[in-house]
Order: sequence, then structure tokens, then C-alpha cells
Amino acid sequence: MMLEIREAAKHFGGVRAVDGLSFSMNEGEVVGLLGPNGSGKTTLMNLVSGALKPTSGEILFDGVAIGGKRPDVIAKAGVARTFQLVRVLPSLSILENVMVPAAFGREALWGREAEARAEESLERVGLKVSPGKLAGDLTYIDQKRLELARALAARPRLLLLDEWLAGLNPTELQEGIALIRQLEAEGLTILLVEHIMDAVRALCPRCVVMASGSKIADGPTGEVLDQSEVISAYLGGGDA
Amino acid sequence: MIGSLIALAALALVACGPYILDAYGIGLLIGAVSYTILASAWAMFSGPTRYISLATVAFYGTGAYTVAVLSDALPWPLVLASAAVIGGVLALVVGLSTLRLAGIYFVIFSFGLAELIRQLITWFEVSVSGTLGRYIFLDLEPRHVLWQLLSLAAVVVLITGWIHRSRIGLALKVIGDDETVAAHAGINLARTKLILFVLSSVLITLVGAIQSPRWVYVEPGIVFNPQVSFLTVIMALLGGATHRWGPVLGAVPLFLLFEWLSARFPDHFSIILGLLFIGVVFLLPDGVLAAMQKLRKKKEAAA
Repeated sequence: MMLEIREAAKHFGGVRAVDGLSFSMNEGEVVGLLGPNGSGKTTLMNLVSGALKPTSGEILFDGVAIGGKRPDVIAKAGVARTFQLVRVLPSLSILENVMVPAAFGREALWGREAEARAEESLERVGLKVSPGKLAGDLTYIDQKRLELARALAARPRLLLLDEWLAGLNPTELQEGIALIRQLEAEGLTILLVEHIMDAVRALCPRCVVMASGSKIADGPTGEVLDQSEVISAYLGGGDA
Repeated sequence: MIGSLIALAALALVACGPYILDAYGIGLLIGAVSYTILASAWAMFSGPTRYISLATVAFYGTGAYTVAVLSDALPWPLVLASAAVIGGVLALVVGLSTLRLAGIYFVIFSFGLAELIRQLITWFEVSVSGTLGRYIFLDLEPRHVLWQLLSLAAVVVLITGWIHRSRIGLALKVIGDDETVAAHAGINLARTKLILFVLSSVLITLVGAIQSPRWVYVEPGIVFNPQVSFLTVIMALLGGATHRWGPVLGAVPLFLLFEWLSARFPDHFSIILGLLFIGVVFLLPDGVLAAMQKLRKKKEAAA
């Protein structure tokens, strides 16, 4: 089991953002995490990546408990992520941006080796700009590409994508889907939060659906999306 | 590399000062070199992390006081080593308890720290040792103080050069840009900040220790003067705290300006200092070097 979430909960005061949720992912699996806005998807991603500590419950990565550990410890264990709102490092060059996880990750590469890894990651995501340019000067789609390249540079075993496809135009979206497909083919385990249903159908054989912090469906994408609970969670109210 | 060599050559040149200058000139050199080291050491931590520390004088004063207490009992190199250790341990304790504080809270804490240490020493001197002031009688002339400061400055040049080329330098740049990304890339935030804070504080403590023989008589009110903290911040910010040579460019001219101002306008010095502080923060938030680079970029874009 690559990722196992057991009864994970995160409460903010009285708000139960994630409320006792469990599911697991096998190595090489690509799972879509769906649910309406505010259902707790990003909070769950944050629990896995270490940005937030769970109020209760266990999160196991490759059999090791990572719930409540610091993000740098979890990153070193082999988990990488992108952020819902793109976070590039504006005062670093593009190459430096991507070098960072290579330098501070599991393999602790440095110098020429780290640069080579960064160049390789940039090529993988198809970011073709001068790598000496500052990351803050990139266009939105290229910032997204940069963020993915950065996540890949540590050679993670689990990749968390938080709405990585959001905000892309139709051509870019197709490129994005092809890119994630390629990662899937290489055997990377991916958990992705996504609102674009075409992308979810194209990429994820399996989906987990959340509503107000709980899991309401889990299974093959086609079946899950037809379930009445899922439809009512998205459209609001079962009687609609 | 070339930058480091030029800096070391400049330090060697200043070391010849005592053979040509009078006592006042040597005094000026000591002050300028002291503040250059203070501003550089301050920027080493505060530049990339953007934690504005007002604790400079807490460490500077601790260095001076260590000398006042130990200079009779121990040979000079051991006194300096003790000061470095005490400053380092103090920084470690302070760092462990405060580096989790964000922004403004850290500023306030660091300012309070200097006052706290000053009051603690005052209390100790008055109620335990029974004297408030201490004398430092050491066989060190101004030129010896200058040479020791220059050696320390050389150490700072080498350390900053090393930081810029090393992993910790990259980690600091990332932390300065975005702590969340830094942590998710595998950077241990607390440890990185702590290492830099301790390093910077030890250097500051040593400046206080090395130049303490210049005072002869010390008491807490003299060595824990908060003006030292404020001057250090404004010098580093004027030059540019994130630029390697920024603090030097801020410290030397500002020190000379302050010397001149405090001689010409002793009563209005604080007002001028305050205005200057506001001016720097408003007009040159990233420092002179960054402003010059921006200007050059604009010219290139126009051409």
C-alpha cells in the first residue's frame, strides 16, 4: 500500500473540515479526489503533505506513519505536491526553483548533478524558456509547468496535484492531460484534486468523492460519477 | 570568489591605517569596521529570512560584558572564546524559543530581549556583586582592537562567501521567498534559521567583546544602548540586506554621517536618525544596490 488514510480528521474550532475519512492507494494508482468547494479536499492534501497536522487518525505512506510529521520530513520520505494557488519562488531563477527539491530531497543532489536533474525535469514538463530567467516573470501556464517540474525533481513516489489543470485553455489542458498520463505510464502514484470532469475521466480510473469532510463514494470513475449521492452533492440537495 | 579577494585586499589596506592616521582616525576606522561587521552579520540572518531583529545590542552588550567580567581572570584569546560560546548559547536558547514567532512578534521580542538582558545584569550587579560599573584594564591599544576587528571581518567575508555557494544559502533564499514551498521541498525550516541566527549572533557578540577595551568603564546602560540595534538595521537596509555587499555599502557612509551629525547636532541627532530611518524604508525598501540594479534594467529596457 503506497498511501493509507485511516479515520483522518481535521477540525478547525467547530468546523470539521475532514471528518474521519479513510481510503488507501496502491503503488502506481492514479486516484481523483472530487467533491464540491469546501468539502475538505485541499485540507486532506495538506494533511498528507504535512502542511497541516491531523486532529486525529493515521496517515501511512508506504507503511510508515507520516500523519502530523513536518512537511520537510514527509517530502524527504518521497511525497511531492503542487499548490492550488501556484507558488513559484519569484526571486529564484527557473533552474534554481526546480533544483531546490533535488538538493533538499531524499537524494540530496548538489552542484552539477542537481542542475542536471532540474534540466531533466524542465524538459519533462515541456518548459522551454531560458532557465536563467526569474520564475516570477513567467506566464501562468509556465508557472504551473514550473511547479510540476519542481515537484518531479525530487523523484517522488507519491505526487499530490491540487487542481493543477485549473485555469488552462483547451489546448493547454490537452497538453496537461497528456503530461500526467505520461507520469502515470512511468508508474508514479498520483492523487489529484480536480474539478474538470473531462480530465478526471481521462486520467483517473478510480475516484474518491468527499462532501462536508466525509467520503461519500469510492470506486471506478464511471460508476462513482453516476451515483445519486455524488450527483446531489454536486448539484445541491437530493430532491432537486 | 573575486568579490571575496577584493574584500580581503581592502581589509589588508585598512590594516595599514594605524601607521598613517592619528588616534581620531583610528577611532573612526574601528567604528566603521565594527558597524560593517554588525550590519553584515545582521543581514546574514535577517536579509534572507526577513526576520527584522532588534536584538543586535543584546549580543553586542553580552560580548562586552563577558570581557568586563572575565578579562582579569583569563588570557585574552580565552576571553574571546568564552564570549563566542556565551553568545552562541544565548542565541540557541533565544532562537529555539522565538524563531517560530512570525514577523512583528519577532521584532518586538528581539527588542525586549536586549532590555531583558540589560535589566538582568543590572539586577545581578546591584544585588549580588554589589557594583554597577566595571573597569576593563587591558593592555590593548586601539590599533590592536582594529586589527582584531579586521580579522573578524575577514572571517565574515569567508563565511558569507561559503554561505552563498552552499546548500544553506539556497535554503535561505527559498525560505525568504516562501516558507511553505521550502518546507515541502524538504528544507528543515527551524534548523536552517537556527544555524544562521546562532552564527550571526556569535559574530555580533565578538564585535562587542573585541571593541570593549575602548570603553575602559562599562555599565549595562552603556553597553546595551538600543541605538546600536537601530543603527545596524538601518545600515543593512540602506545597503540592501539581501545583497552580499549591501551591508558594507550601507555601514561605512552611514557611520561616517552619524559621526559627523552627532558632533555637529548632538541635541537633534535622534530626530535626524529617525527621519533617515523612515526615508530608507520608504524610498529604498530593498536597499541602494537593488535600486541601482532596477534603474539599470529600466535603462536597458528603454534602449
